Amino acid sequence: MSDQPKRTIEAKQHTTEPVLQAIGVEKRFGDASVLKGIDLEVAEGESVVILGPSGSGKSTFLRCVNLLEQPDGGRILVKGQDVGYTVKRGRLHQVPPRELARRRAQIGMVFQQFNLFSHMTVLENITEGPVGVLGRKRSDANGRATELLELVGLAGREKAYPEQLSGGQQQRVAIARALAMDPALVLFDEPTSALDPELVGEVLATMRTLADGGLTMVVVTHEISFAREAADRVVFIDGGVIVEEGPPEKVLDNPQHVRTREFLARFL
Amino acid sequence: MMMTERTEHLDISNAHRKRHPWQIVGAAVALLLAGQVVYLLFTTPNFGWDVVATYLFEKSIMRGLGMTLLLTVIAMTIGIILGVILALCRMSDNPVLKPLAAFYIWFFRGTPTLIQLIFFYNLSALFPVLAVGVPFGGPTFAEAPTNRIVTAFLAAILCLGLNEAALMAEIIRGGLMSVKRGQREAAAAIGMSPFRSFHRIVLPQAMRFIIPPTGNQVISMVKSTALVSVIALADLLYSAQAIYNRNFETIPLLIVACIWYLVVTSLLNIGQHFIERHYGKSDQPTGGTSLRTRLSRIFASQKEVAARV
Repeated sequence: MSDQPKRTIEAKQHTTEPVLQAIGVEKRFGDASVLKGIDLEVAEGESVVILGPSGSGKSTFLRCVNLLEQPDGGRILVKGQDVGYTVKRGRLHQVPPRELARRRAQIGMVFQQFNLFSHMTVLENITEGPVGVLGRKRSDANGRATELLELVGLAGREKAYPEQLSGGQQQRVAIARALAMDPALVLFDEPTSALDPELVGEVLATMRTLADGGLTMVVVTHEISFAREAADRVVFIDGGVIVEEGPPEKVLDNPQHVRTREFLARFL
Repeated sequence: MMMTERTEHLDISNAHRKRHPWQIVGAAVALLLAGQVVYLLFTTPNFGWDVVATYLFEKSIMRGLGMTLLLTVIAMTIGIILGVILALCRMSDNPVLKPLAAFYIWFFRGTPTLIQLIFFYNLSALFPVLAVGVPFGGPTFAEAPTNRIVTAFLAAILCLGLNEAALMAEIIRGGLMSVKRGQREAAAAIGMSPFRSFHRIVLPQAMRFIIPPTGNQVISMVKSTALVSVIALADLLYSAQAIYNRNFETIPLLIVACIWYLVVTSLLNIGQHFIERHYGKSDQPTGGTSLRTRLSRIFASQKEVAARV
């Protein structure tokens, strides 16, 4: 409690207080250690792409950020606040489910399998959060949803059900659903991996627009070209640790680490 | 067919379709049997159709029908509410509730309903007095003789309701588990509380899987209530029995009971069809369709055709 005012002063001093701060995040599945201390800071407006081989822990890390996966160690702060915890007497205490939900609302997530609510129309999918969680007026939420659908190139599809849309269209609706919450940060968990090759482009194009528009985003992907064109920073994870990070031209074109080189060689 | 003369008719669209010879034989045998049954229905005097007509709307039969419907409604209500609780207990991680719910379901599904019914009715032989008080032999606040509290009616709704809960729990659990994990994760990711995620996202999707078998349960409950006649509760069957015990018109009165059971179950069938259609609006009908649901669909679509004509 006592450090609260200090942080405000800090934030005023340098306006680039990180949106996401991950400190030594650890995760084990049984005996297997999947994340062995991940440190990552993402600044406001920054677009970070996480690359790495399958099973390197990059998706697990992303799921740890909004506590869909419970980390076993470390600390994760979004806008200076622990995502599922509160500090009391020098220790972290789990917050009640309602408070966790409230804090998750500021972290958008786009899933590999889209996960649109299959019993709701496109419009209902997008407005469910703003109306039901944030308590916005339905008319406002509908207007915003229309704007967002235009942004992702699906104007006029409000009344469609998810199964009537192609995979690429569903994923763009899922992006609109995440944006409708006005999140501080959007996590993309392999957003194009479940798509037919000819549909990948439309989703990446949408994401590129968002990155250019200054959305703070962390993207786990296998699309090297997207990393090259849209990322401010590329992070290479292997074996549960960050092996290398830096601007895309440095990491992708002049990788320092042998594991990064081996990984990138497969895409040439 | 003049196919050889006019070549433009050599087209699959007006080809002669070959019928399987056994189809015709099968249909002929079935028609013959059905004809014989109808013949017997009209020519056997022992069916006593005049007696059926006399008792079809008899007062005690109507009261019995009312009791059957009342038992169905109350037992299903108990079954669904308790079933939801049991299903949630079974799906929870609670180390006490989970095995307890599993035990409950195991016990009630594994013993005959008829025995449970007689057991509840004879509860006074086990506990002559029912009391409210501190558990494990502490002081009691109120007590009453078991026989005054557990009447035939209470025994019936307890037994049918508790039984139904075990069956409904499995149906509801199956429905809830059919909703993909990603749906819950997406709900959590946009900041929905667990309760909101359950009633806005999970439950509506689970309903598509829960409604059809629940309809079957209601229909089967209507028929299960006939069991209560053994504890002398005046349901439809018992009322019919009471009459044929006096006038020995056993067959006609059983027919009267069957007609009413058929009327009720048919109405429920139609209702179920419309509820299923409502919940299936954004998705394919679920899993394997049973012969009965398919028949009811055909039945309903024929009705639609008839209504249009």
